[in-house]
Amino acid sequence: MTARALPAPVRALRRPMGALAGGWLLLVILMAVLAPLITPYAYDIQSLKEAYQPASSAHWLGTDEFGRDLLTRLIHGARTSLSVSGIAIFLSVLCGMVLGAAAAWFGGWFDRAVTVVVDLTWSFPEILIALILVAIIGPGTTGTMVAISVAYLAQFTRLTRAQILTLRGETFIEAARSLGASNSHILRRHLLPNALAPVLVSAMLATGDAIILEATLGFFGLGAQPPVPSWGGMMSAGSALIFKAPWIIVFPGLTVAVTVVAINLFGDALIAELDIRNRMGGRA
Amino acid sequence: MTALLEVSGVSVAIGALPLLDGISLSVRRGQILGLVGESGSGKSLTAMAAMGLLPLIGGRVTAGAVRFDGQDLAGMTEGQRRALRGRRIGFVTQNPMTALDPVQRVGDQVDVVSRLHLGLSKSAARARTIDLMAQLRIPEAGAVAEAWPHQLSGGMKQRIVIAMALAGDPDLIIADEPTTALDVTVQAQIIQILGSLVRDRGVALLLITHDMGVVAQICDRVAVLYAGRLAEEGPVGPIFAAPAHPYTAALIGCIPQDGMAKGSLHGIPGAVPSARAFPPGCRFHPRCARATPECTRDVPPLLPRGVGSAACFHMTPEAG
Amino acid sequence: MLSYLIRRVLMLVPVFLAVSVVIFLILHFIPGDPVDNLLKVGSPPEARAEMMARYGLDRPLPVQYGVWLGKVVQGDLGTAIVARRPVADLIVQALPHSLRLGGLALLFSTVVGVGLGLVAALNRDRWPDKAIMGGVLLGSTMPSFWLGLILMLVFSVWLGWFPVSGARSASALVLPVLTIGLGGTALVARITRVAMIEAAGRDFVTLLHAKGLSPLRIQLRHVLRHALIPVVTILALRIGWILGGAVTVEVVFARPGLGTLLIKSLSQHDYPVVQACLLMLAIAVMLGTLVGDILQALMDPRVRAAME
Repeated sequence: MTARALPAPVRALRRPMGALAGGWLLLVILMAVLAPLITPYAYDIQSLKEAYQPASSAHWLGTDEFGRDLLTRLIHGARTSLSVSGIAIFLSVLCGMVLGAAAAWFGGWFDRAVTVVVDLTWSFPEILIALILVAIIGPGTTGTMVAISVAYLAQFTRLTRAQILTLRGETFIEAARSLGASNSHILRRHLLPNALAPVLVSAMLATGDAIILEATLGFFGLGAQPPVPSWGGMMSAGSALIFKAPWIIVFPGLTVAVTVVAINLFGDALIAELDIRNRMGGRA
Repeated sequence: MTALLEVSGVSVAIGALPLLDGISLSVRRGQILGLVGESGSGKSLTAMAAMGLLPLIGGRVTAGAVRFDGQDLAGMTEGQRRALRGRRIGFVTQNPMTALDPVQRVGDQVDVVSRLHLGLSKSAARARTIDLMAQLRIPEAGAVAEAWPHQLSGGMKQRIVIAMALAGDPDLIIADEPTTALDVTVQAQIIQILGSLVRDRGVALLLITHDMGVVAQICDRVAVLYAGRLAEEGPVGPIFAAPAHPYTAALIGCIPQDGMAKGSLHGIPGAVPSARAFPPGCRFHPRCARATPECTRDVPPLLPRGVGSAACFHMTPEAG
Repeated sequence: MLSYLIRRVLMLVPVFLAVSVVIFLILHFIPGDPVDNLLKVGSPPEARAEMMARYGLDRPLPVQYGVWLGKVVQGDLGTAIVARRPVADLIVQALPHSLRLGGLALLFSTVVGVGLGLVAALNRDRWPDKAIMGGVLLGSTMPSFWLGLILMLVFSVWLGWFPVSGARSASALVLPVLTIGLGGTALVARITRVAMIEAAGRDFVTLLHAKGLSPLRIQLRHVLRHALIPVVTILALRIGWILGGAVTVEVVFARPGLGTLLIKSLSQHDYPVVQACLLMLAIAVMLGTLVGDILQALMDPRVRAAME
């Protein structure tokens, strides 16, 4: 089997950076999925006499203010943070693709309206949009999820619209049209699949940003509510204790940073493998 | 008189990909050499090699030498090569639309050459620029010098580019398809301007083109390039009378004749092979009517033929 | 140019109206009634109705919007329900702090980002490029509140170089500016690098080389100049991004400012203050795009020509 025949994510894994980044991501996802099976402690068992312990052989990353094992909470936190960000972006991509495709396809006033709203939201920082939305919906995982997906809606609508507009003029679409294919057939069978690769890759990259956004909302106490651990929530609790027990905030932050770096590196490897750099909508 | 620019046996590669194979040509002062071929044959690369600008596109000379006024370019420092460019070698690019910096006034773009190479002051450089522009029949040169590139027509921009090439008072001008992007009427004007430069100033001109009609009109000698190799080289008269190489003959056949309908231009079937897939033997054989098994196997050497030379196993006999 | 400017400013009016409607409406969907916060538990319904009437909360929405907008345009942002002071006072107190922080962070991001992007582009695919782009990636992936706290831990607590928090001295600005600036630097450095590489491949650059100009001069005077056009455009569009960073960082460093005010009033359901904060941020975003457009016109004669 030649290298070309393998799917792009597998080929991306064969690049050195892609392997490193992909390896970390697989590890984090695996840990998140298997969290209850592999963690040495329960995430919510408090033991006040074990509070504020630095890293040791019993608690590899130390314990928090309630004596809970940090590694355990970090792994369970991956569950919350990854699923919230992942689902949020999934929803965002879904709605964004429908909106963007519809805007590009139907054009006219509908397209103009969508473009104006999208451009307006796009110039506002995601964090502000998300903060206001969480304030409306109320804190917690659902609120965070909805807030994040709305915050990124503009990006995917924009990207899908641009993709469809570019593809629409290409020969194979003209050919399909001249063969008498219907509008919806062309849109479903030709345009969307072709627009998919850049949208999916940027969805992956946005998931990285969403992890940071989720952590920031968690920091403001608006994310997953205690005792459910999330990376943001752990850092929120740790921020008050930074001088007393810096490890409580350092490890979740590092995990976020490394995970987001890995997502970006893997995304770059994917972009290179799929050869879609010029279609990524200005991602530098 | 010795050649001003002498390219002898030059091979060029970009990365690991060989693109030019043993190109030799020379131009003297007061002479116009036409370098002809379809796109992809390596004309522009030859021009870049002649100016020592290959590193810009990631290329390098792998064999042979480029000599300017007797001096080997490879033996010079980069600073010495830079002192040649703009000063002794002027360059006219293919597309005047993209040749000028869009955010600088055109006059400043011409001024910089004489300020840099001739050490002129700001005002002296501008006076020279306006003078040159006037010589190139640019109306209201003073006002045009203050214009932005986007305010000028294609033909006007190409004149500015030529003024830029002349500002350092060069001995050699390399013009890479200077008329391709222009209207037919403007094309004729630009060709006329270039021809008069050689007559009036005695500069040497390396004119790169894909149009044999232009060659017939103003060139003294012609070199035909195909897929990175020289197909034929020699004085224009004898070659046009009886081209030795079938490719040369085909190119001459492409010149539109008077009274010919536009659609009846008989091009050469097929296309120049990509450098990644050069055929073995004579690279022209897949498109050649005269090809024999020998042509698919062996590389025809460049052999003297009359006053020129050609690389073909089945040369047409000389005229007369 | 002047007529363009006037037209461009007039174009902001409908945008401002749209934004103001959105801001006004959003706040009315926020659950939690500020009046409840003010009333003593067990107050009679008449007290509640009286309170609603006092703040105009009993009237229909379009009327409330009209009244609110009319006052806003005159500079009257209402009275803070919790703080019981004119909102304008709170904004006037907070705004200079945020402007200083945001402005310095923008300056830092631009100068350092363009510098790094330039060095990276000049050394394309060699180690300085890889090192800079790697560092920039790392910088952009750390949550800004976390980066701020870590910087505070290292430089204020361990090394004692800067005050831990507050806004009393100029040195208290260093860490907050760095925290926001590093994220912006990453963005600017990436755009600069890509724009430089793209510009360096243009036809006219070949001709500059053929004119015998030195490569450094070509890069600095021509290629960089072109690269700055997209940098300015994107930076202006993402000015809100910097302000968003300021919101978090102000809270982390316990600095007075719009961000702190916004977060505090959001948790207290203090509508008028939240509305005013969002309006200020929206105005900043709109002014950012305006300044970006103007700068672009100043930098590119083709844009100027398109305007006329």
